[in-house]
Amino acid sequence: MSVHKRQQRLFEPALVKEAIGQSIIKLNPRVMVRNPVMFTVEIGTAIMLAVCIWILTGNKDQGSFAYNFSIFLVLFFTLLFANFAEAIAEARGKAQAASLRKTRKDTPAKKIELLGDIFVNEVKIVPSSQLVKGDIFICETGDIIPTDGEIIEGIATIDESAITGESAPVIRESGGDKSSVTGGTKVLSDKIKVKVTTEPGESFLDKMIALVEGASRQKTPNEIALTILLAAFTLIFIIVCVTLKPFGDYANTPITISAFISLFVCLIPTTIGGLLSAIGIAGMDRALRANVIAKSGKAVETAGDVDTLLLDKTGTITIGNRKATNFYPAPNIPMADMVQASVLSSMADETPEGKSIVELGKQSNLDYDAMAQPEVLHKINFSAETRSSGVDLANGKKIRKGAYDAIKKMVTDAGNSFPSETATQVSKIAQNGGTPLVVIQNSQVLGVIELQDIIKPGIQERFDRLRKMGVKTVMVTGDNPLTAKFIAEKAGVDDFIAEAKPEDKMNYIRKEQASGKLVAMMGDGTNDAPALAQADVGVAMNSGTQAAKEAGNMVDLDNDPTKLIEIVEIGKQLLMTRGTLTTFSIANDVAKYFAIVPALFIVSIPTLQGLNIMNLKSPESAILSAVIFNAIIIPLLIPLALKGVAYRPIGASALLRRNLFIYGLGGIILPFIGIKIIDLLVGLFM
Amino acid sequence: MNAELLGVIVMFVATLLLSVPLGRYIAKVYAGDKVWTDAILNPVERLFFKLSRINPAREMNWKQHLIALLTINLVWFLWAMFCLLNQSWLPWNPDHNPSQTPDLAFNTAVSFLVNCNLQDYSGETGASYFTQVFGFMFLQFTSAATGMAAAAIVFNALRDRTTEKLGNFYNYFLKSITRILVPICIIVATLHAFHGTPMTFKGIDTVTSLQGDTMHVSRGPVAAFVAIKHLGTNGGGFYGANSAHPLENPDYFTNTVQMIIQILIPFAMVFAFGYYLRKKRLAWVFWAVMTIGFLCLVIPAINAEIHGNPKIAQMGISQPSGNMEGKEVRFGSYASAFWSIATTVISTGSVNAMHDSFMPISGMNMLLGMMVNSFYGGVGVGFLNFFIYVILAVFMGGLMVGRTPEFMGKKIEAREMKIAMIVALLHPFLILAFTAVASHFTALNTNMGWWFADAAGKHNASGWLNNPSYHGFSEMLYQYTSCSANNGSGFEGLADNNPFWNITAGIVLLFSRFLPIIGPIAIAGLMAGKKFIPESSGTLKTDTGTFGILVFAVKVIIAALAFFPALALGPIAEFFSMK
Repeated sequence: MSVHKRQQRLFEPALVKEAIGQSIIKLNPRVMVRNPVMFTVEIGTAIMLAVCIWILTGNKDQGSFAYNFSIFLVLFFTLLFANFAEAIAEARGKAQAASLRKTRKDTPAKKIELLGDIFVNEVKIVPSSQLVKGDIFICETGDIIPTDGEIIEGIATIDESAITGESAPVIRESGGDKSSVTGGTKVLSDKIKVKVTTEPGESFLDKMIALVEGASRQKTPNEIALTILLAAFTLIFIIVCVTLKPFGDYANTPITISAFISLFVCLIPTTIGGLLSAIGIAGMDRALRANVIAKSGKAVETAGDVDTLLLDKTGTITIGNRKATNFYPAPNIPMADMVQASVLSSMADETPEGKSIVELGKQSNLDYDAMAQPEVLHKINFSAETRSSGVDLANGKKIRKGAYDAIKKMVTDAGNSFPSETATQVSKIAQNGGTPLVVIQNSQVLGVIELQDIIKPGIQERFDRLRKMGVKTVMVTGDNPLTAKFIAEKAGVDDFIAEAKPEDKMNYIRKEQASGKLVAMMGDGTNDAPALAQADVGVAMNSGTQAAKEAGNMVDLDNDPTKLIEIVEIGKQLLMTRGTLTTFSIANDVAKYFAIVPALFIVSIPTLQGLNIMNLKSPESAILSAVIFNAIIIPLLIPLALKGVAYRPIGASALLRRNLFIYGLGGIILPFIGIKIIDLLVGLFM
Repeated sequence: MNAELLGVIVMFVATLLLSVPLGRYIAKVYAGDKVWTDAILNPVERLFFKLSRINPAREMNWKQHLIALLTINLVWFLWAMFCLLNQSWLPWNPDHNPSQTPDLAFNTAVSFLVNCNLQDYSGETGASYFTQVFGFMFLQFTSAATGMAAAAIVFNALRDRTTEKLGNFYNYFLKSITRILVPICIIVATLHAFHGTPMTFKGIDTVTSLQGDTMHVSRGPVAAFVAIKHLGTNGGGFYGANSAHPLENPDYFTNTVQMIIQILIPFAMVFAFGYYLRKKRLAWVFWAVMTIGFLCLVIPAINAEIHGNPKIAQMGISQPSGNMEGKEVRFGSYASAFWSIATTVISTGSVNAMHDSFMPISGMNMLLGMMVNSFYGGVGVGFLNFFIYVILAVFMGGLMVGRTPEFMGKKIEAREMKIAMIVALLHPFLILAFTAVASHFTALNTNMGWWFADAAGKHNASGWLNNPSYHGFSEMLYQYTSCSANNGSGFEGLADNNPFWNITAGIVLLFSRFLPIIGPIAIAGLMAGKKFIPESSGTLKTDTGTFGILVFAVKVIIAALAFFPALALGPIAEFFSMK
């Protein structure tokens, strides 16, 4: 887990200053036209300005200059507030990106120069900005890695705290699934040769920065659908306001231009219209804050829809790796022989499991060092096909250890029988969630080693939360089905893939997708790449291979497998914030109608005083109060838009009830109170 | 309990009790399951398909459905125009009624084609029996069946699978007539004939009254006409006075029957949706939303009518039967108020009392019923209108629970939203824009020339209003609202048989009929082609009270927001001025 999250105050003074400047620049109609709702407000503001000038030049029937100018000012501020919302979101995103970009300063790179057709080890110092894809550079102890790349030679410990905030150094080496290095991180020891994998300015971080800054921000499908809804509401109110003119003529009720514009601006969904892009940017920003680089806004939104989550067992559900906890010798085999064979077979085994067997062997009461140490002839590494490993000793003994069914096959193929006591022990271990490793010597069963998983504390609650969100969790593990089932039940995951091979993941994803579900997965290895590409949300670990990072649509800088849960919540929050603020915005119209409609007609149709249920002072004060409320609600809701509506995993119906109550009913009632208060204040001046 | 109140409760409960089994039957008919009418009607339908060379098993995609639907409707329109323009010399015209003028014929043909039945003419003098039977009654069957077939296509498209094939239009259409409309009509027409409604092809009868006056009484095949007029939510009366006419609606019993059968299919279509898609709970939620809306309109209306007119009360005159101006004594104010709201929330538009004479609150609620147009709504199309609101509610609700919106396991995306919004926008646009045009001319008292002439031959626009002020405004608003809702009831009091009203109303009718059929079929067709997503606990559940509240709120807010200023200048201003 990330130890430190970048924190930032909501309204950092420096950012506010920048945003204010931007809100004026954004008044440019060519920029405004991208937001149809606010663009119509801008047109209305321009008309009001013209009306003010008209009054100054002698017009008498549009009301006083002071009143019309007040309306103009309020509308102008409505525009500025909406622009400010977008600008502050952008400024925060940029600040966030800048802190990441600091790692991108031009650093000297030790580039290996290519002379003719052969590489010579001539190292030339060049600025990192001159490195292009395919270049090779070296980094030694103390160097800052100049740009993203893949280690082609060597192993090193690296301090990635600049990116992840995690201070513990990590090991990166060539060839494996942890061969990626990120620009800006620091080599703490050893020397690596790195091949540059991205062109300058095209790294994931660069792409993310562009997304947050708005330069390459595209509307997501959901944003488009919502914009259609808002545009349609705007159209309805254009119709309402335009037709009101002849209706008023019929009723002998002259309606001033300011009243038309005010009615229109109050009715169209300016609140959500002004905050919509801020919500989208803030969503990306929240992802970035969680140290996740999303390649598109769509990816973040899709995360909110995820139905199925594929999680690797190791590191996600269980802490690190399994540990050996017990030796169980087969009948008639002395404990000492069993332990010795186990330890011998694991000496050459560099896996954490192998090391833990050696460790347990040393802890046992046997005088291990006193034993004769036979010479190892050659070692057999673990492979997915044989699912066993071992050593051939100089004394002719062949020790193997591995999964029960693989070993059993070896034993029976050699014509020996598998002792039933050991078989019972094997299934007992498996039922308890352990992993049994059977040890044989020359196809003779010596006994079984118990490996145990330790489930991460608190993981059950997180899965519970996911289940309530409607997300099915699937554990992927190489364990046998019995062990997998035990851990799955203990950790509270809904399903598991046992004895998983890379293609099993792929098949599972395909199967889920065929039934219409959206699947998210996390991966790091090159063999995860196809599955990452197939998944709807593929999160690659930053430490993973370049192939994995290319295939996924997000990169997690923290390399934290439980990050998916946060990403899902960020996605849901994004949609919810849009939905609730739209509901709020439209619900507000009810009160605004009760303020403005009586104000429009009351002079010529006094009986309509009955509609003035808020008992507002005068038609002018009523209209002014409504537009002022309409304007100030935008900055008041900026914090909510930026932080997002709190997501609670209480089930869809309960969530709908809750949000409908707060933002729907609240949206109807609040403006009645707000407009009344503003009217009382405005009344003091009129 | 008050017997009059009991009467309307019986009407409502009886409709509900009949509509549930009918809904199940309709679902089976559209699904092609075995039903008890197969034995008699299968051979009849086979004969139709054989003669027309239609293969009912050939499945169509949504575009082919629309082409079939629109083409056949065009043919019927031409046929109706032919009947109306030539009825003077066509057979079965014992009363020698003249052919209609082209603008009136256009208005009449369109309004019967689109299930509206606006009737700017009066049946006694404006239509021959040939037109009434082969023009009007024919269209009353086909327009109802068109709406039902459209709903059947949407039902089919919402099934939990991914497909382009949505059944055969002609099959749905024909079965709607043979399996549902005709059998019920036979029963209803027979009941009416026994209660005194004429069923003859003889011309005007002459009777001498007790006072010795000679009366001419129009006759005709009224009983048959009344049945489909209500069952198909058409509402076009055989006589000009519609169901207030003593021969068209002789007594409280026939009134009850007509009331029940006009809401019967709108109810039953909701339950058919539930049975067809095995979403009975969802169907009940939809029905409850519609019913709450209906009750919100009908209770204040009944209340206003039974308490009479406050202006008359101020004169010290007691009104024990409530506001009886424009009402029939044999029905009373309860049943008349109930009818007036029922006939406007569904798209029948038949009247048993004069809507012009109702209290302002009742008038406003009639308008609201037509403005929402999907508290039950017309046969088939009511459900389609409701479907549009459901799509909007699903979109809002989906966002509010943090999920890309989906309905019936299909995602609602930009394209569906675009179509839904166009359809949702159309209704306020047509009503407000055309009322604005009429108000504009009235306010300026424009000389309308050819477009309009009042009885005195004057061409001034204000001449089309019988009432000044707010009520006059309500008359114009009502006319276009009635057209846009394909309702067909009139506030009356408006001189509407002239080129201006005939033609503008005809245009409104065409748009408001076919776009709201095309839209939902297109949305459902697009949804049918999408991947089916099974429900999870994160999915927005639609068969819950909460979702019902959301749908209701979306309907009310859209209607209220779009029409509030217009209503304020009409019935609301009138209401306050009467206090």
